[in-house]
Amino acid sequence: MEWECVIGLEVHVQLKTKSKIFSGASTTFGADANTQACGVDIGLPGVLPVMNREAVMMAARFGIAIGGTINEISVFARKNYFYPDLPKGYQISQFEIPVVEGGQLEIQTANGPRTIRITRAHLEEDAGKSLHEDFHGLTGIDLNRAGTPLLEVVSEPDLRSPEEAVAYLKKLHTLVRTLKICDGNMQEGSFRCDANVSVRPKGEAQLGTRAELKNINSFRFVERAIYFEIDRQIGVIEDGGSVVQETRLYDPDKDLTRSMRGKEEAHDYRYFPDPDLPPLMITKKELDAIRSAMPELPDTKLTRLVSSYELSNDDAALLAADSDLAKFFEDAVRTANGESRLIANWILGDLSSALNRESLSISESPVSPEMLGQLINRIKDNTISGKIAKQVFGDLWQGKGQVDDIIQNQGLTQITDTDAISKAVDDVITAFPSQVNQVRAGEEKVIGFLVGQVMKATSGKANPQAVNNLIKSKLSS
Amino acid sequence: MPISENDVTRVARLARLRVTEAEIPQYQAGLDGILDLVAQLHESVTDDIEPMAHPQDISLRLREDQVTEDDERDLFQECAPAVESGLYLVPRVIE
Repeated sequence: MEWECVIGLEVHVQLKTKSKIFSGASTTFGADANTQACGVDIGLPGVLPVMNREAVMMAARFGIAIGGTINEISVFARKNYFYPDLPKGYQISQFEIPVVEGGQLEIQTANGPRTIRITRAHLEEDAGKSLHEDFHGLTGIDLNRAGTPLLEVVSEPDLRSPEEAVAYLKKLHTLVRTLKICDGNMQEGSFRCDANVSVRPKGEAQLGTRAELKNINSFRFVERAIYFEIDRQIGVIEDGGSVVQETRLYDPDKDLTRSMRGKEEAHDYRYFPDPDLPPLMITKKELDAIRSAMPELPDTKLTRLVSSYELSNDDAALLAADSDLAKFFEDAVRTANGESRLIANWILGDLSSALNRESLSISESPVSPEMLGQLINRIKDNTISGKIAKQVFGDLWQGKGQVDDIIQNQGLTQITDTDAISKAVDDVITAFPSQVNQVRAGEEKVIGFLVGQVMKATSGKANPQAVNNLIKSKLSS
Repeated sequence: MPISENDVTRVARLARLRVTEAEIPQYQAGLDGILDLVAQLHESVTDDIEPMAHPQDISLRLREDQVTEDDERDLFQECAPAVESGLYLVPRVIE
């Protein structure tokens, strides 16, 4: 039988605010345990939550970007359950009326573009962290993360393969970073995903029973976890069993999912409106202000990069996926008088690999857009060769000064003196008679060897094209 | 619909309350009383009235996104039964 899988994703987007959603404690990652958990976050009796305006505005910005409805009035509710990293005994979330309803993202699939509907996005507080190791049989609780603002983005079950799920996640990841509402750091848990997965015979309209895969923190694991889960469910059904609705945890080491707990009663969260928090109102005026300050969205940026800079779709997509990278590109192109393709090659090649090597983001690059633009200018005006440019780039990276200073101080200027080049070419022709004969006999490829020898003799400072031409003319005469 | 013994036991379990057999009738009666009150409210005609999410006609006050809280861990942990390396220690939770 042919099977079809149905996937819906719930993504927890950690909002990039300075302070918590309902308290003035800091949200900085990696602080000493419990040093950023104030009375509100640890649930002391008598404290009251006060909503962070920035978190609301970020949620609204997201809602506008996905074409959703921003509810003029939305309501906070208590989701009741007991767990030690949730000291109040309830999580403040939104239930009946979330801040954002509806909206969509378009993804590219093997079968062309598809629209994935978004059900809702709601604001809520994060819980703390439980550490189960090394406390002589006890569990350690760190509440620094408690109260960190989250936007939970829930998709419709519109995704039909693990690849589509990943494409959707990447799209969402790019969007929240472009909107500057999330740093997107998956290792630190700023962008976490739960996947609802079910299978059904192809053509069947009714949905199968789903399993919920929890807290998967990389794009690769999402794909693998869903693959495993689809196979598992098909196996269960084909063996005559039926899939149980449950929460499962993906184990990346063993590459499998396993049942987390029988949630017979756990789903009874007894939601009710939080009496501590009156309804959240967002005015039309506030929405207008957000709308007018909207950054260029990734899809629009991609189209513009392709059309204004004559880039390939692949290159433009890589740049558009990171708005800081795209800005770096456009700034560099401005300095380099429109040499867009060369700039894109350098950014996606040498610069990106240098950044990766040292785990830096583009905003931390020691080479500025102006430096890269200037470097390209010096290649275009034949001051330096492409090969020397790589050397200059290395020096720029190490902070050894500006492009022109490096070229001048190290005497890297291309030899434009024809006599000097001519002499170097003559020397090489004398030194390598057999290769010269091969070229004369029509073995064109060997010319490359001779050019290489001249470049070596001139420490790379001759213009390779000029050398090539000169060798050809000398050997044909 | 009257509250059954099972309802009381279930709600108690969800709320992590220890309710003895002997106490059940008392809670049954109490909860029934609350539901009766709600049933009375149901008698009012509310078709044209928009439901309120909060008894007071006010909207949520928002604060600016600023860090205003200092680290008071030592103070807070004075009343915790067990702490280590800055962590609150609790009986082991098995997932």
